[in-house]
Amino acid sequence: MNLKPETLAEIEEAIPKYPEKRSAVMPLLHAIQKDQGLLSNGAAEWVAEKLGMEPINVLSVITFYPFFRQHKIGKRHIRVCRTLSCAMSGGAKVCDRMLSEFDTKLNGISPDGEVTIEFAECLASCGSGPVMLVDDELYENLDEAKAQEICNRIKAEAVQA
Amino acid sequence: MAIHPKEHRIILKYADEPGYTPDIDCYMKHGGYDTLKKAVTMEKKDICEEVKNSQLRGRGGAGFPAGIKWSFVDRKSGKPVYMICNCDESEPGTFKDRQIVHKDPHQLIEGIIISCFATECAKAFIYIREEMPKGAEILNQAIKEAKEKNFVGDDILGSGYSCDIVVHRGAAAYICGEETGLIESLEGKRANPRIKPPYFPAVLGLYMCPTIVNNVETLCNVKHILEMGAGEFANIGRPNNTGTRIWCVSGGVKRPGYYEVAGITLGELIYDICGGPKDGRTIKAVIPGGSSMKILKNGERFKGKDRDGTEYDWGIEDIPLDYDGIAAAGSMSGSGGMMVLDDTVEIPVALANLMAFYSHESCGQCTPCREGSLWLKKITTRMVHGEARPEDVDLLKSVADQIEGRTICAFGFAVAWPVQSYIKKFEEEFREFAERHSHADVDRTAAKELACNL
Repeated sequence: MNLKPETLAEIEEAIPKYPEKRSAVMPLLHAIQKDQGLLSNGAAEWVAEKLGMEPINVLSVITFYPFFRQHKIGKRHIRVCRTLSCAMSGGAKVCDRMLSEFDTKLNGISPDGEVTIEFAECLASCGSGPVMLVDDELYENLDEAKAQEICNRIKAEAVQA
Repeated sequence: MAIHPKEHRIILKYADEPGYTPDIDCYMKHGGYDTLKKAVTMEKKDICEEVKNSQLRGRGGAGFPAGIKWSFVDRKSGKPVYMICNCDESEPGTFKDRQIVHKDPHQLIEGIIISCFATECAKAFIYIREEMPKGAEILNQAIKEAKEKNFVGDDILGSGYSCDIVVHRGAAAYICGEETGLIESLEGKRANPRIKPPYFPAVLGLYMCPTIVNNVETLCNVKHILEMGAGEFANIGRPNNTGTRIWCVSGGVKRPGYYEVAGITLGELIYDICGGPKDGRTIKAVIPGGSSMKILKNGERFKGKDRDGTEYDWGIEDIPLDYDGIAAAGSMSGSGGMMVLDDTVEIPVALANLMAFYSHESCGQCTPCREGSLWLKKITTRMVHGEARPEDVDLLKSVADQIEGRTICAFGFAVAWPVQSYIKKFEEEFREFAERHSHADVDRTAAKELACNL
């Protein structure tokens, strides 16, 4: 495990917050996933060692929670809400537009490596649906035109980077 | 956004005021932490008594009286008592905690610390869902600010009482909103709910210590109860339904959003505040308190007898918008997440959408729920794809009936109630839909969009 110094600092800060070390498993996994882009078996072993757990118990946490992942994704992580309120206001069309704009399939990495587009379950902003998360940023009241703008922005930012 | 005259804002009083910011200076300029300053001079049992007398009921879903919940805490064991703020707002249709956390985080922190002081908690945790990543940052910043002013941390305001708050980020599992699942998750495990008895959090909660789990809105209310007094609080709304409630409205209305109200009817919320159905549309049904609650059909009559013997006969718009009103209409106010379904929405498709949600979110611990929810998804999906079998409507009901009441936690009800109630009230539509969609030439575009990713 080759973790950035700030990730290691975050980890050292997280553990003593809890009365029992094992409680820090989720904060550690969040920190490592942010650092590495995914959670490998090696990461599970590393966390297990750190917290005095069996690796299988860390792996069982990783595989339970939808926002932990063991696979690579594109540079930007796009999650479109698919649950009822967003679906009633047109979430499916928004997602289709994103997929066609990046010439990619659901859950895959776009050919340019820029994005992974997924459907997520309820993102808790039902009154301003359809909504989606682009990494940590929430976009609300979407339609196909706004989805297009977001695609354009992501592409422009990719060129600059 | 403009505040509707029928709103009664207490918790969201400042949230949408222009210039109101989530930092501590702004909060204190608006009287923030004055109530905590008063609380630390009070007897702890008097604060608990105030909360009990206010008749405050939990805002998360079940509506259990908060003061009574506090009184169940095991004091004899000598173990530390923990407070958990449930900010894992996951019930589809609900987005009230998001407003509080993003716009007025210090109000929540003040509510938590007052509650912790009153119940002598050793430590507090805020379990926040990962779908609100900014929320966790905002809360951490707010806690840091509150520590600098000695409202959180060691020897709070010289009272001798110390309490820290830890923000714990979830990872998008719906079941973490269930209090014992949340506790398992906070212990660093899969969020498999625990069976009650014996694992009542008040006795055997976090690390097998007594634990209080309260919703965000509930804890905010504690501050206001202490500020205005239990008597005044209890005068808001109807008896046994005291205080305001933040309702979240989504779907087929002109003005979806969050509205803090008290003592109004469902019709006043949907028609007056939310502007009624969109132009040219009519309201077909309302899911009153989050997607697991039983559906209310527009046009049906809700009849019965009150506790005092008076008979009622309501249309959907007459239902009192509170715990007891919605319960009297055969459903629940749940988490306050109201979904309005207009005449464009085909009920079997809405059910298919929700069954995909519930089958995804079942923790998998109990066989009836794990297997049953997948079958419910499978059957409703094939209905959307025009492959329904003649027995499917009855089969859906049969599967749901076998989940209900046969699981460790209330998720079993959450998955069964939509199926049972949609079929009970819209059985004809299910049969008609299945028949119509069995023809190869039917246009499935709208159905597939609403079912979404099936």
